[in-house]
Amino acid sequence: MGSSLFFGLSTMAYILAMVVYITHIAFRKKAVGVTATGLTLFGFASQTLAILLRWREFYQLSGMGILRSIPLTNLYESIIFFVWCLMLGYLIMEFHYKNRSFGAFVTPVAALALLFISLSGMSTKIEPLVPALQSNWLLAHVTLSFISYSAFALSFSTGLMYLIMTTEGRREGAYIFWTVALGIFASVLIAMGLDYMTFHADMNSDAFLKDFLFKSTYESSSSAVQVISYLATAAFVFAVWRYGYVLKRVIGGFNLQASVLDEITYKSVAIGFPIFTLGGLIFGAIWANQAWGVYWSWDPKETWSLITWFIYAFYLHARFLRGWKGRKIAMVAVMGFVAVIFTYLGVNLLLSGLHSYGSR
Amino acid sequence: MKSLLDKVWSLFSSIKLAIVIFALVALTSIVGTVIEQQASYADNIRVLSSLVGQGIAPSAYKVLYALGFMNMYRSWWFLSLLSLFAANLLVCSIDRFPAIWRIMRTPVKPIAPDQMKRMPIKDEFVVQGGPDSILQQAVSAMKSIGFAAEREQGPDGAVQLYAQKNAWSRSGVYITHASILVIMLGAVLGVFFGFKGYVDLPEGFNTNIVYSTNMDMSDPSQVSRRASLLGALYAENGDLQKASQSLNESLPDYEKDLKSVGIIPLGFQVLCQQFEVQFYGQSDMPKAYRSRLSIIENGKPVVSKWIEVNHPLKYKGVMFYQSSFRLRHDLSNGVAVLDVRSPGGQAETMKMKIGQSFGIPGTNETVKLAEFNPALAFDDQGRPETYSQMMTNPAVRVDISGPGGARSSKWIVQRYPETWSLPDGSSIGLTDFWGVQSTGLQVRKDPGVGVVYLGCILLALGLYVAFFMSHKKIWVRLAPDKKGTLLTVAATCPKNRHAFEREIEKLVKRLKGGN
Repeated sequence: MGSSLFFGLSTMAYILAMVVYITHIAFRKKAVGVTATGLTLFGFASQTLAILLRWREFYQLSGMGILRSIPLTNLYESIIFFVWCLMLGYLIMEFHYKNRSFGAFVTPVAALALLFISLSGMSTKIEPLVPALQSNWLLAHVTLSFISYSAFALSFSTGLMYLIMTTEGRREGAYIFWTVALGIFASVLIAMGLDYMTFHADMNSDAFLKDFLFKSTYESSSSAVQVISYLATAAFVFAVWRYGYVLKRVIGGFNLQASVLDEITYKSVAIGFPIFTLGGLIFGAIWANQAWGVYWSWDPKETWSLITWFIYAFYLHARFLRGWKGRKIAMVAVMGFVAVIFTYLGVNLLLSGLHSYGSR
Repeated sequence: MKSLLDKVWSLFSSIKLAIVIFALVALTSIVGTVIEQQASYADNIRVLSSLVGQGIAPSAYKVLYALGFMNMYRSWWFLSLLSLFAANLLVCSIDRFPAIWRIMRTPVKPIAPDQMKRMPIKDEFVVQGGPDSILQQAVSAMKSIGFAAEREQGPDGAVQLYAQKNAWSRSGVYITHASILVIMLGAVLGVFFGFKGYVDLPEGFNTNIVYSTNMDMSDPSQVSRRASLLGALYAENGDLQKASQSLNESLPDYEKDLKSVGIIPLGFQVLCQQFEVQFYGQSDMPKAYRSRLSIIENGKPVVSKWIEVNHPLKYKGVMFYQSSFRLRHDLSNGVAVLDVRSPGGQAETMKMKIGQSFGIPGTNETVKLAEFNPALAFDDQGRPETYSQMMTNPAVRVDISGPGGARSSKWIVQRYPETWSLPDGSSIGLTDFWGVQSTGLQVRKDPGVGVVYLGCILLALGLYVAFFMSHKKIWVRLAPDKKGTLLTVAATCPKNRHAFEREIEKLVKRLKGGN
């Protein structure tokens, strides 16, 4: 039995769980809720097993040490691990706060991410490691980074929900902020989805990032398509702004208290920040020093990690020293995760296409 | 005068300044990730053209160049921002630390019953037995959750037990702040007393200089000065002494000049004896690559070592890291290392250049090395071609002349031993083609790394203390009651309250269950 069977099982379980969680919000039946949790637990268990199996497959294939064979070496594996961390965080939260409503928000993210993988035909092959990645620091650096990314993702979604729940008028700054942020976020996701649909071929993830991303929309060879894409995005953002109250009503039905959301946002940052500092920045610096002899070289990836770190440091200081709470601080949490996404994907997608080192 | 100093101090201790600096560092850094740093004019014109259009790109370049954005992380204003950041951090910490120090040093005191009721965690219940009889149980219950209680006898016959734990954890924030300053100090040490360089060393070549990676290629005057200083060195075959004489300069002055344009004299020679790549199976994906380096001092080799990625060589504080490799443009000096075997199995290692001939022992055959191909492939018509810029599939073509004028020609491919054998049972194996590859080395000296690592350890420690430890205080009051003893439990901690509440629950359970 290979890892792919269990990956498939977990994808199906998460998709089913998503449906059941949403049903649970609508009908609020205990049995439905328990089913949703059961499905999520099953999905999580099979995903865990799948990761372990893939680890073993990789270990046997590469002939390297067990620690160096952690399956975290390409986009596919990192998305899988991200989803795993996200679901772990969610399950802990569900048991701690005894509230299932949030599941309707998290399981779609997991299901989308996993569906992306299968739709895109992204390479799921086990590939051998280039020499620079053959280091034990890979395990420490990458796992901790992703755990912190997942914590930040949680704080992003609770922060966003907080903003949706607590803002009133269309002219309010915080309202404009979240509608625009959500609108752009969703547009970019849709654009990426279009790329995945259009270029459904056997390509490795690097080639996809470089040659195909946004090529069917914003970076299209036809300038008409480009203009239409930007206009469509603007229209979409406007629609989110205009009809944001619908979302507010939906989330209002979740029976979540705003103060609980604020607390979860803070707690996720309080967990993510030290882990990001240790795993992302410190371990990354040590590894870079071993591999290239430079612990910090101001390359775009490092610089963006630092910017992310600054934003979350700002979050913590604003909260503790200035007593910021509520909407203001929720906006900072949302911006922090935008920086996280840019660090993880944007640097590879946008900047490497711009710079000469990307084409080398 | 004092008031001015006070003003400066209060400016630097303000969180507002911190926010402004945070924002400035972050925003300018973003620009620095878009503009390619230390790149050539053409590179950044390309970047700017794709952002603002070709028409505006040159003037945009001029403006950004004047502002120092082409090498911004080393520009005076960015370094000033970082220094301001450090000063702000230092002053903020010094400003706030005394108050925290007092809290840390203040022993916990008994508090009044109405104060206990206002504490964030509290509980009240009656147990059987007088205060004196359950006092000892209460003390041991507190000990069971890690608190050494002190006691005070009240005037009303009540006894109060009180304790605190981890008062020092309030210093976590300051440990974190200090660690950032330590890391910055380590970085400064590295900048002033170290260097970051690289060198591209072909097999069989040595060097006594390396090139700084901080060389700013966007400054034309630097580039031309560098060319003339380097030209003198090349003219004297790398002899620093002679090159300095040719420029009418003293050796120390010449070395200083070289450093100022990003050329770093090592003080010894480093030689690349050999370079090799291992591939995954028969693919072109490198599994490992390594260089055999020798350090030569005063004409004598002192150290030899294989280095590979993640496994550098260290000599006199200078580290040599395996970073990259390439195929040289000039392949004419390459030497084929051949494993020649006679039909009887007799083996001999031969080193041959292209054009040279040799006889296979035990036969009458003569073999001439006709051609070298670093990445052999055959096109549709079966003609040989080179498919890669790297030495991924090295092969030599040999022309074999047998007795009686029989001639044949064949490709010997290093990766495929099945191409090595000849019809008469002898074989020619290609084990290496030496002298055509070049190893890319990162060369670094950084006496500040230890300090930076110390700072990293402090940072991890500080964050742990700041986020996961908490200054906890407990008060337990035992007052005589009609039914026994009225126990009032109060507790406070600034963070992670849920965990502490569970501890208090445990304490309460023990106090109740003790009877």
